[in-house]
Amino acid sequence: MSQQSEGSGVHQTSAHPLYLELHETSDFAELRRKFRGFVIPATIAFMSWYLLFVVMSNWADDFMSTPVIGNINVGLVFGLLQFVSTFLIAWLYGRYMERNVDPLARKLEKRYVDEAAGHGGADR
Amino acid sequence: MSSETLARVLFLVVVAITIGITIWASRQTKGAADYYAGGRSFSGFQNGLAISGDYMSAASFLGISGLIALSGYDGFLYSIGFLVAWLVALLLVAELLRNSGRYTMADQLAFRMRQRPVRTAAASSTVVVSIFYLLAQMVGAGALVTLLLGVEGERYINLTIVVVGLLMIFYVVFGGMKGTTWVQIVKAVLLMSGTLLITVLVMAKFSFNLSELLGAAADNSGKGAAFLEPGLAYGATLTTQIDFVSLALALVLGTAGLPHILIRFYTVPTAKDARTSVNWAIGLIGSFYLMSLVLGFGAAALLDTGEGSAVLESGGNLASPLLAEAVGGGPGTGGGAILLAFIAAVAFATILAVVAGLTLTSASSVAHDLYANVWKKGKVTEKQEVGVARIAAFVIGGIAIVLSIFAKDQNIAFLVALAFAVAASANLPSLLYNLFWSRFNTRGATWAIYGGLITCVVLVVSSPAVSGDPLAMFPESDWSWFPLKNPGIISIPAGFLFGWIGTITSREPEAETAYPELEVRSLTGAGAEAATHH
Repeated sequence: MSQQSEGSGVHQTSAHPLYLELHETSDFAELRRKFRGFVIPATIAFMSWYLLFVVMSNWADDFMSTPVIGNINVGLVFGLLQFVSTFLIAWLYGRYMERNVDPLARKLEKRYVDEAAGHGGADR
Repeated sequence: MSSETLARVLFLVVVAITIGITIWASRQTKGAADYYAGGRSFSGFQNGLAISGDYMSAASFLGISGLIALSGYDGFLYSIGFLVAWLVALLLVAELLRNSGRYTMADQLAFRMRQRPVRTAAASSTVVVSIFYLLAQMVGAGALVTLLLGVEGERYINLTIVVVGLLMIFYVVFGGMKGTTWVQIVKAVLLMSGTLLITVLVMAKFSFNLSELLGAAADNSGKGAAFLEPGLAYGATLTTQIDFVSLALALVLGTAGLPHILIRFYTVPTAKDARTSVNWAIGLIGSFYLMSLVLGFGAAALLDTGEGSAVLESGGNLASPLLAEAVGGGPGTGGGAILLAFIAAVAFATILAVVAGLTLTSASSVAHDLYANVWKKGKVTEKQEVGVARIAAFVIGGIAIVLSIFAKDQNIAFLVALAFAVAASANLPSLLYNLFWSRFNTRGATWAIYGGLITCVVLVVSSPAVSGDPLAMFPESDWSWFPLKNPGIISIPAGFLFGWIGTITSREPEAETAYPELEVRSLTGAGAEAATHH
């Protein structure tokens, strides 16, 4: 079943040795650590928060029906907070990536472009 | 001038504008990157609008406000799943996909797997998801447009389906991704402005006091405080409650696996623009659902939603248009007629934009995955490939027209939820495994896709959505054994499980060796497809 990737169009990777080289750099290790350091906890957080809302809507009627102000009850406030948390996480993610991940990504990408183009000599 | 006449004029204006856009876009479309990905030259903001245009189907424009108008709080639950889902797309998929793929969902898997089996699998689920979604939209369009134009009868429903189908084929065949994207942008702007206008008019009636609006909605609905509390739609029994959890899972995990959403990430120059576009989409879609809340409760407060009312008869679909008429001054007034006609035209533009996006997605996958890479093994020119994509758009559009005419009397609204369930069960597991698990391989990918897809379809066919229920597709027969209408709670874990078992029962060193390249490319953009320049 498995064929060689050269020329047969079986795999699409370029198999450019530079990728492996970049993969082993400390910059890349830091980039991956920072990316996962935000994305994984944030995903666990918003999924739990959303599932809590779903479960409460199903099985905590009394609590969800408690009035807050006028005709606005806890369930509605909880739902609106899902909107707030979604906007907030999206904004925090954008800001975090711009500050912590994008500079490393641009640096590695530049090195790839310089070296792959044969200009060589980029700092190691 | 009556509202129907005005609506017809506005429909023609929408058609004229979109045809103009398509002709302009066809002149700009030269190579495959133009046809499939709009030259990757849209800005983050433009793509954010287009994503919103692609995502906010008539089902969510008219459906969610209708559901709120009829079921109160439980309708609101729906929109939250649709919105939170975007965080999965933003954090885990959008940027990585932009960096590692080219034109289709399958590209990203084919990056390190054996191309022919994974492309065949991914193209199958792409076409299945898109056709389900497309049928639901087109059948809905037939009923809705005739209702909005005030004409009756099977002949007009068929005519509407054919006209919508032909327009959709025209946009996709000639305009490609560039034309389709601009149609979606125009639609998103129309939809957002129409919704904002009605929202402000509704809130003005309640002196911009949300509590007052909710109180009036609870009173007028005849259901009292229960209308504002969870449980009216899904709280009846333990089965309906579990069904709701199942639906909630499919909604939140399905979006990031919908092929027509995924290919939108290829239309921007860089991963950072993909991020910006999802952030705009979250802002726009979130605001839209917040306004839907006002529209839905506004309809419940101001319209008759009881037995025999037009809102109830239309399953809630007429809630927004009739609300527009009411806040414009009521039936028979000039203001009411203008607003009703405007909202009807917005609904029409919505249908056109969404069906065009779905057709383009299927046609791209057939041409790029099945024709160019599976059948011709990559030995085709761009020109041939785009030619096949155009033919595929024509054929898929034709099939969709014929199927929709046959299905027009069926209750197929469940197909939208099914499309989300298939996307979450078949597509999302393989996408996430491929991006985050170096050991993942070809067998894992094909098992995840086929396993998730087949589990979903079998469970739905065996559910009360298809048989054994008065509201089922075949109400007269009963072969159902699966109690839930939404398969997600079983099929999503099944998709992940199949992918895992497939992977650990096979060895594919090539896929593992290629992982570092995928990882570097997806996280840094090194070697990613660039925008085309003219």
